[in-house]
Amino acid sequence: MNALLFKITIGFYFIATVMYLVYLLKPRDLVGRLSHWLISSGFVLHLVFTAFRYHEAGYTPITNLHEALSFFALAIVGVFIAFERKYHIFILGSFVIPLALLLMAASSTFPSAVVPLNPALKSQWLLVHTTLAFISYATFAIAFGAGIMYLIQEHFLKSKRLGAMYHKLPSLDTLDEINYRSLTFGFPLLTFAIITGAIWAETAWGTYWSWDPKETWSLITWFVYAALIHGRLTTGWRGRKAAILAIIGFFILLFTFLGVNLLLKGLHSYI
Amino acid sequence: MTTHKRSFTTALWDFFCSLKLSISLLIGLALTSIIGTIIKQNASMDEYQHYYSDSTIRIFNSLGFFDMYHSWWFILLLYLLTVNLVACSIKRLPRVWKMIAEPTLVMDEGLEKSLSLTHEFKLAGDAATLRDKLTAFLSQEFAPPVITEVDGEYHLFAQKARWCRLGVYVVHLSIIIIFIGAIIGSTFGAKGFVQITEGQSVGSFVDRYTGKTVDLGYTLALRQFEVEYYPSGAPKEYRSFLTVLENGQPVPGLIDRKIIVNDPLTYKGITFYQSSYGTIHQLTMRDRKGGAPYKIEAADKEPVSLPGGGFAVIAESVPDVSPYMPGFTGPAVKVVLEERNGTQQSLILLQNNPQFDLQRGGAQIFTYDGKTKYFTGLQVAKDPGVWVVWLGCALMVIGICMAFFMSHRRVWARISKGQVVLGGTASKNQPGFQLHFDELADKLKKL
Repeated sequence: MNALLFKITIGFYFIATVMYLVYLLKPRDLVGRLSHWLISSGFVLHLVFTAFRYHEAGYTPITNLHEALSFFALAIVGVFIAFERKYHIFILGSFVIPLALLLMAASSTFPSAVVPLNPALKSQWLLVHTTLAFISYATFAIAFGAGIMYLIQEHFLKSKRLGAMYHKLPSLDTLDEINYRSLTFGFPLLTFAIITGAIWAETAWGTYWSWDPKETWSLITWFVYAALIHGRLTTGWRGRKAAILAIIGFFILLFTFLGVNLLLKGLHSYI
Repeated sequence: MTTHKRSFTTALWDFFCSLKLSISLLIGLALTSIIGTIIKQNASMDEYQHYYSDSTIRIFNSLGFFDMYHSWWFILLLYLLTVNLVACSIKRLPRVWKMIAEPTLVMDEGLEKSLSLTHEFKLAGDAATLRDKLTAFLSQEFAPPVITEVDGEYHLFAQKARWCRLGVYVVHLSIIIIFIGAIIGSTFGAKGFVQITEGQSVGSFVDRYTGKTVDLGYTLALRQFEVEYYPSGAPKEYRSFLTVLENGQPVPGLIDRKIIVNDPLTYKGITFYQSSYGTIHQLTMRDRKGGAPYKIEAADKEPVSLPGGGFAVIAESVPDVSPYMPGFTGPAVKVVLEERNGTQQSLILLQNNPQFDLQRGGAQIFTYDGKTKYFTGLQVAKDPGVWVVWLGCALMVIGICMAFFMSHRRVWARISKGQVVLGGTASKNQPGFQLHFDELADKLKKL
């Protein structure tokens, strides 16, 4: 049942990705609405899959790479749908949804068996801490997508070759606005994730902060986004600079999520 | 001379107030923090020598890279950030405070021009009637306004969530409070590890950082330890039953207190966290020629000395040997014997086959009598600063909500006979406020 749901979800994400890419070439409203419908349906299925998995395993399905990558994709799609509804920009999906599909494809390559929970992870904080972290990651993924779109759009403007693409992409102002809005949601959520992590660490390991690689890298991510926010609010790091930093920030974040687990050893090495 | 001096202090002040410094420090902290995730922190010299050459070790050591988060330069960066935070807040707070405490009540032409959201429209009625209408309208739809009369014109001013402008400063303060909590913890706290065997107790622990012995002021006894497994053999839950004894008397409420991972025990400011466990095995050594048997108690992987010199180490233990040695069942251990002359040999002992070691043909015959006891491994932490840190975290959550999710919205109205000018602005999310403002103006036109 679960394996089937997972496959159907991937199917929906795949068709949605194709449709969003079609939209990139032919930005018809109908194509956009169809893509939106596809991704929304995929999201609901994905949510049901995750809920089933939670029920089956008895804990938040996020404790191995199969689960974590799928959870990340779920968060990205969820946050994307929220942004799409707010800004009515279908084309954002052409840059964000392929990422979700990629994560799902990666997830499917890892063993999907439900593994009994390590005693250290038996805590209600598992749900709160990881959900906050993943929604914040997802919001930064939106900033990443908007950042890439910004650079492309700016390239068209600078080269004065206002080709077909120029008219399909939103204005620089809108893209910068999306970048900013995702920061103002992602950063608070990242902060809350770090704080709940500290509370959990205190009850599980006896210290709220131990400079474990995962903790340190999440703090590095926090420093980078804090710098970006201060640069934005006060010294006018808008537009291009903000877009580039959002892209760099997302790569650091990906390292915090995956690189640390795969390359560096520490207390967080559950995956 | 004085002017020169003043200009230097001004320059220093400006340096600490600058946001460029904040951003450089944040990026600097981010970059340097990477070092400690690549170079293993606080490992033994032997381990470092395994990875690095002697000259590299010298350089890393002098730069504090082996304990970089406590190195002087990293701490200095954190202090600089603190000074920067305080300086920025001192510089900017008075202006923000003025905006909160003494709002601009009158929208003159200059202010009107600076506002991006304005509406001008005609309404029937004299100024006083319109004033009353608008006061009622704003009170109902937005917030109760303050009325000012200037040259026969009425000015209304209404605002929402003005306090959220302080959010940034609450966040900055919270960071300083967290730092203070961390300093209290590192100055007056201690962290260590204790191992207690079933039936035994401890009264002190060794601080990991200073190496000093910290007296608990009481004793902590382990009566029993239990471990439960998943069918796969992975541990599902392990629990220690601990009793706190003061002057030899058990403390009521802390007798046989169960602790598990994620559920520690705290007494008199010291917290004990379930961290690891192990088993103690009993072996018996007999001389082949006869004589009294010699009992050995040993934990996994801990060498015990044998009579007549040499050591025995239990390298591995399994609850059931059948998957590894078909035809045999029951618990088994793999023991490595190191004789006085340094020769090593390893032997397998089976609890269900006491005769098994006879075949080895050694001068001594070993038998495995099984597990006797468990021991528990507990992380010990004494951190009087932790509540200060939690206070800081709580403030940070509040401050962040104020700074990111709330917006100071202001609306002005200038009323003269038959005419109203409406102006508005928000400290954040101007597009979102615009929708609300336009709606307000539409409703007002229909009044």
